[in-house]
Amino acid sequence: MRFLLVEDNISLATAVLDRLRMDGHVVDHAANIAAAEDYSATTDYDLILLDIMLPDGDGRAFLRSHRSRLIETPVIVLTARSEVSDRVGMLDLGADDYITKPFDFSELEARCRAVLRRHGGDSSNQKRFGNLVFDPMAGTLSVAGKTITLRNKELRLLEIFLNAPDRIFSKPKLVDRLFSYDEDVSENAIEVYVGRLRKHLNGSGVEITTVRGMGYRMSLT
Amino acid sequence: MSDALQTSGSLRRRLTLQLVGSAAFLAMLLFFVVLAFARDVAQQTHDSILLASATSIMDSVSVQADEVTVDIPYAALSMLGNVSDDRVFYRIAMRGQVLTGYQDLPSTSQSVRSGHSAFDTLVYKGDSIRMVTSSRRLSLNGAPADIIISVAQTREGQATQLAQLARSALQLGLGFFLVATVLAFWTAQSSIRPLKQLTEAMSRRGPKDLRPVRRPVPSEMVPLVQSLNQFIARLRVSLSRSEDFIAEAAHRVRTPLATVRAQAEITLLRVDKPENRASLREMIRAIDESSRAAGQLLDHAMVTFRTDSLEREAIDLGDLTRELVDRLHPIAELKDIALTFDGSPLPEISGDQILIQNAVRNILDNAIKYSPYESAIQVSTRQVSHTVLIQVEDEAGGFADMDTDALTQRFIRGKNAAGTIGSGLGLTIAREVVEAHGGALIIETSGSGAGACVSLSFPLA
Repeated sequence: MRFLLVEDNISLATAVLDRLRMDGHVVDHAANIAAAEDYSATTDYDLILLDIMLPDGDGRAFLRSHRSRLIETPVIVLTARSEVSDRVGMLDLGADDYITKPFDFSELEARCRAVLRRHGGDSSNQKRFGNLVFDPMAGTLSVAGKTITLRNKELRLLEIFLNAPDRIFSKPKLVDRLFSYDEDVSENAIEVYVGRLRKHLNGSGVEITTVRGMGYRMSLT
Repeated sequence: MSDALQTSGSLRRRLTLQLVGSAAFLAMLLFFVVLAFARDVAQQTHDSILLASATSIMDSVSVQADEVTVDIPYAALSMLGNVSDDRVFYRIAMRGQVLTGYQDLPSTSQSVRSGHSAFDTLVYKGDSIRMVTSSRRLSLNGAPADIIISVAQTREGQATQLAQLARSALQLGLGFFLVATVLAFWTAQSSIRPLKQLTEAMSRRGPKDLRPVRRPVPSEMVPLVQSLNQFIARLRVSLSRSEDFIAEAAHRVRTPLATVRAQAEITLLRVDKPENRASLREMIRAIDESSRAAGQLLDHAMVTFRTDSLEREAIDLGDLTRELVDRLHPIAELKDIALTFDGSPLPEISGDQILIQNAVRNILDNAIKYSPYESAIQVSTRQVSHTVLIQVEDEAGGFADMDTDALTQRFIRGKNAAGTIGSGLGLTIAREVVEAHGGALIIETSGSGAGACVSLSFPLA
């Protein structure tokens, strides 16, 4: 996926960029509206993340000109303003969704996925590994021609493994990636989801192995 | 507002009373003037007939052979009979001796020179009489002799006539008074009209209509309207300041929190040491807690601010709820919660869209936050007699035995809230919004007993 992040707060932008790249996305960063216009004029993005308060103007102005140029790229607005008063205007101006700062990365991911799915994400995003075809947008997994619909956590777990085959992920890291920080989740929960995923992967030529004392790793058999 | 205001009389009543009072005074004046004039005219007429009678008698006085002869013409007395049936008296005297007529007819107190006459109003035999006295100097036996003729008539006819005139004058006065009174009411009404129109225009305005008054008003009202406009302008500035302030405060608080949170989250993915990880987690939780509290406090401020003057419009609660459910789908999906919506077409209600959205959103947020993984939340909207009901049913264990009143108090949280981030304001906000719309918030145990069922009911207009 190719993302454009329009955000003037550099440290926030850096964190978001890091996190999106960690998930295997390609992300460009524009710190103001002028740069954002340049980027969006020269590159096709799958999704634009747009801050509203920018040094050279209001993000809504960009949104308006973006829509007037009939660019289909969906936009998710990042807002720090009060939800009560601001939400209506944003969606009226043509934003596909918005998220209030500070946000949970898992919520941002979930919103991105929902928006992309609504826009009918193309099949070029399908991932193939061994015998399996994974469509993160549709949330489906095909093993040797048989299609299974995955639950969200299974889907997220599979995505993490598929982004870095053969890499070992510790249970705590997986908890961080899968769950929001405002809930107390034991590491046993990871075992449950790994167990389910293993069942789905039967016969796909791909397996998740337990590396004792280290974590889990996905690899070809 | 109006019940606290004391009135100091009514302008219209004061104006009406003053105008009617003036009309009454003028009517009375008119009555007396007309009466006096009529009396005057009647008197003059009567006097001139009396004089004519006296004169014709005087004309018949002749001196023949040093003898005074009076041949009272018939017409002299009959002309008086034409005026009324009043009794007529006369006396002809010379050198203090009565020649003919009524001896006891009182004499005039005035001295009448020859060729002149005098009028008196006297009492004779118990009746009021009007009398003319004429004098003429004759020459008798070579000596001058004053002949004095008095003609009098009782005034009963004149009194009757005057009573009639008085009645007419009274009718005239009353008629004048009635017409003037009607005109007074009309005048009071029409002079008060611009004030009334201004009042109506002001009370027709929506709560957020803070435009200055532009309609033309009478010059007397200009200072009032100017002060009103200045007041409106001040109010507009202060209102927009509070709204801007709330938005700006939210922005100022959330932006740095967002930065810290994002950085902490990224760092957490990079560090391995359990102690560092634990403290980073604590940090993220603290940030979430403070940002949610700040957000809800600001939301609460905004809600309080807006419930004071609801900006009502027609709202389809079904559409509103469906939109919110759609928006929260990604969040529910994170916990593999089946968030379903079921609603039949609904009549529109009148309400503040932003407030109701906020209320429903708080209820949905709560449901998702407290629901376990892979559970279900059912949202439904339907019409129940004269209310529209939004129901959110979850499987989050319910609120045990706490009642609605306790749960919707500020900063009070349910018993199962431990371990979940929240401010305890969500239900308070929802309840305040629903009650501002004349509805009710009810918290019950869900049908299956697995969780809570929160109902927001809004009355149909």
